[in-house]
Amino acid sequence: MRAVFVMILQRLALGVLTLFVVSVVIFGATELLPGDLASSLLGQSATPETVAALRRQLGLDQPAPVRYWAWATGVLQGDFGVSLATRRSIADMLSTRLGNTIFLALYAAALAVPLALILGILSALWRNSLFDRVANAGALSAISFPEFFIAYILIFLLAQSGVFPSMVRLSPAMSFTDKLYVTFLPALSLTLVVTAHMMRMTRAAIINLMASPYIEMARLKGVSPLRIVLRHALPNALAPIVNVVALNLAYLITGVVVVEVVFVYPGLGQLMVDSVAKRDIAVVQAIALIFAAAYVLLNLTADVLSTLTNPRLMRRK
Amino acid sequence: MKTTKPHTGLTRRGVLKGATALGAAGLILPAGYRPARAEPQQGGTFRIGLGHGNSTDSYDPGLWDNLYAQVFAASRHNQLIEVGADGQLKPEIAESWESTDGQTWVFRIRQGVTFHSGKDVTVEDVIASLNHHRGDDSTSAVKLFFDPVQEIAADGQNVVITLDAPNGDFPYLMSDYHLAIMPGTDGRIDPTSTDGCGPYIVESFEPGVQAILTRNPNYWKADRGHFDRVEILAILDSAARLNALMTGQVDLIDQIDPATIGMLEARGVANILSIPGNAHYVFPMDSRAAPFSDNNVRLALKYAIDRQQMVDTILGGHGAVSNDNPIGPANRYFHAEMEAKTFDPDRARFYLREAGMDSLDVSLHVADAAFSGAVDAGALFAETAAQAGININLVREPNDGYWDNVWMQKPFVASYWGGRAVEDHMFTTGYATGASWNDSFWSNERFDELLVMARSEVNEDLRREMYHEMQEIVSFEGSVIIPMNNNYVMATALNVATPEQISANWNLDGFRCVERWWFT
Repeated sequence: MRAVFVMILQRLALGVLTLFVVSVVIFGATELLPGDLASSLLGQSATPETVAALRRQLGLDQPAPVRYWAWATGVLQGDFGVSLATRRSIADMLSTRLGNTIFLALYAAALAVPLALILGILSALWRNSLFDRVANAGALSAISFPEFFIAYILIFLLAQSGVFPSMVRLSPAMSFTDKLYVTFLPALSLTLVVTAHMMRMTRAAIINLMASPYIEMARLKGVSPLRIVLRHALPNALAPIVNVVALNLAYLITGVVVVEVVFVYPGLGQLMVDSVAKRDIAVVQAIALIFAAAYVLLNLTADVLSTLTNPRLMRRK
Repeated sequence: MKTTKPHTGLTRRGVLKGATALGAAGLILPAGYRPARAEPQQGGTFRIGLGHGNSTDSYDPGLWDNLYAQVFAASRHNQLIEVGADGQLKPEIAESWESTDGQTWVFRIRQGVTFHSGKDVTVEDVIASLNHHRGDDSTSAVKLFFDPVQEIAADGQNVVITLDAPNGDFPYLMSDYHLAIMPGTDGRIDPTSTDGCGPYIVESFEPGVQAILTRNPNYWKADRGHFDRVEILAILDSAARLNALMTGQVDLIDQIDPATIGMLEARGVANILSIPGNAHYVFPMDSRAAPFSDNNVRLALKYAIDRQQMVDTILGGHGAVSNDNPIGPANRYFHAEMEAKTFDPDRARFYLREAGMDSLDVSLHVADAAFSGAVDAGALFAETAAQAGININLVREPNDGYWDNVWMQKPFVASYWGGRAVEDHMFTTGYATGASWNDSFWSNERFDELLVMARSEVNEDLRREMYHEMQEIVSFEGSVIIPMNNNYVMATALNVATPEQISANWNLDGFRCVERWWFT
């Protein structure tokens, strides 16, 4: 157990380093974007005088390293600063939207992960059967369509008839079941997008193991096929499956801006796009950091879980 | 032809299309007529879905730049002066105004109006609100309005504004949507405050998502602000907006894609309002740089564009042909009798020869950020121009950063204007030599001279003549191609009622739909 603890600490330290590098890279990239906040904020109404006045007010006339340092030290103290555009506290701006994003991601994951695992196991069990082919073809078609197309199809089928709302409006007063109801369509779209990857990996990992001698042995002993898959093959196939699930969860948190736009879902993705468009560097940095942290944490979890499922990996150290 | 049709201008010509689907015989009437309607009713929650709104929108009046901010502002604020649905100035916080010489303007401030916080609106508040847009440190988009202002002073219940030269249209500038009246402390307003003296009180605001407002029970206008609640939602995706209206999640949407108007009409679930105004789409050419420095080249391009086709395809018919005239039919001194420019490849070739050229190669830089359909409009332009021996190389620019890196940077681009209620305002901001939004860098001595003269001319006929001459100069010697006036197209749920006349000076009834409309 101690080995696991040490590994987690090592990974966390590496994660912090990664986040630092990411923040520098993002800062550098935003510096390369043409135009700055002052002219973006003023848009067509920008004149040299108003731009200069706004730049002075926002402190954009300071050199880039100075601005980066001021920001980074703030974050270390838990202060994300204020948005350059609205002068609102970034922590306030992010908290609701981060909550929304995580809610949608978990909702979609709660639908997609069991679905993918069950479909994957069943199609491995009955491989090359009609069920296997239909499940594969269905999942692959769903992943091949662009997200917005799936979203529009769902709206056409389920929203225009009035079964589900096409536009998500959340309010703090809403009950949990109401929230599940109004966010069903975006969650379903995302489920359709991510299921195929996880399902195919589950199927492939299990089929891969089915050719191993110890499975052959089990079969010769007369163990039932379902029991072989669940009891003997699945535990050994968990490592790759866990990794793919983690990757897809990270995607659900960071990559859903298209679905957010179609369903008018107030998540982080739209905020990120707006902030990039307006060159609100402070907000972009904060969101990028959250996204990077999501990836780092989920990968860390996946690593730990796959190590735990495979005692050989722990022994090696 | 819509080109030369004298426009009655100020009457509402919103077409109530789709009415037949209602089966209500009374509604099958020629455009422009609507049945007598009942008195406005109080009540209901008015939900507006707008194709604008960013998470960066703020309360600062100097920074309002999109329709979301404008409608949200009109819901909670009043200005000194309102532009009525007929285009005339109406008293708002200023109950009257006058000037004897056009140089010193006296605005009498209405008494008994209170802010949402309960504080009375005073002369000091008005001065603080105006001064927010004035001075070196101001970041306001309308800072230039106050360049000629020498002093803003209090005199009892009056605000006295002294200009450095006479300007008969100064009150029009004071009707600008940026000039919201907000409470001041020590001569300054708090630009992060929601407090105003308008029809609705802000309950919550999430930038880029939604604003929720409730009726101001102490609103001083007894016949305005009919809804109990107003919810303004940002729905950027046009399909999502349309879906929200069709499924009854919102009551009003803006910016309808021309391609979907027919579908919406066929469904019969919404009223489409198409309001002709002064808004227009433009292609400015940098008049300082060859080949655009030669007026013959500019004229060649102006005859090489098929305006009617643009209106039909880019606007889906919801607009009118413009004769390179930034002054629209809703303006007082609109010059309707100017010689109309039609698509004429031979004439274009003629002007090319005059410029000493057989053919012309130019690059047109476009992005849909300039106006919806700008890329298609550019492609259409390139196609018709090719028939006149002009090769337009269409360069697609990214939407992101368009106003920084393309507009007023590249020599030939696409852009848009919201139109202005008054000629002087339009010309001063966009066409006078050295104006900060003169996006063609155009300069014409006679035009500049007329502009200053007309500003202080008191004889109405002389003034009209001057403005007509200016429009001719801009149309035939100017460096901006203006192919079309775009209508403001919006759609409402069937139970939304509007006054007989809908304002054409800005979108959504001059942003005032929240206080002028009601539910039947």
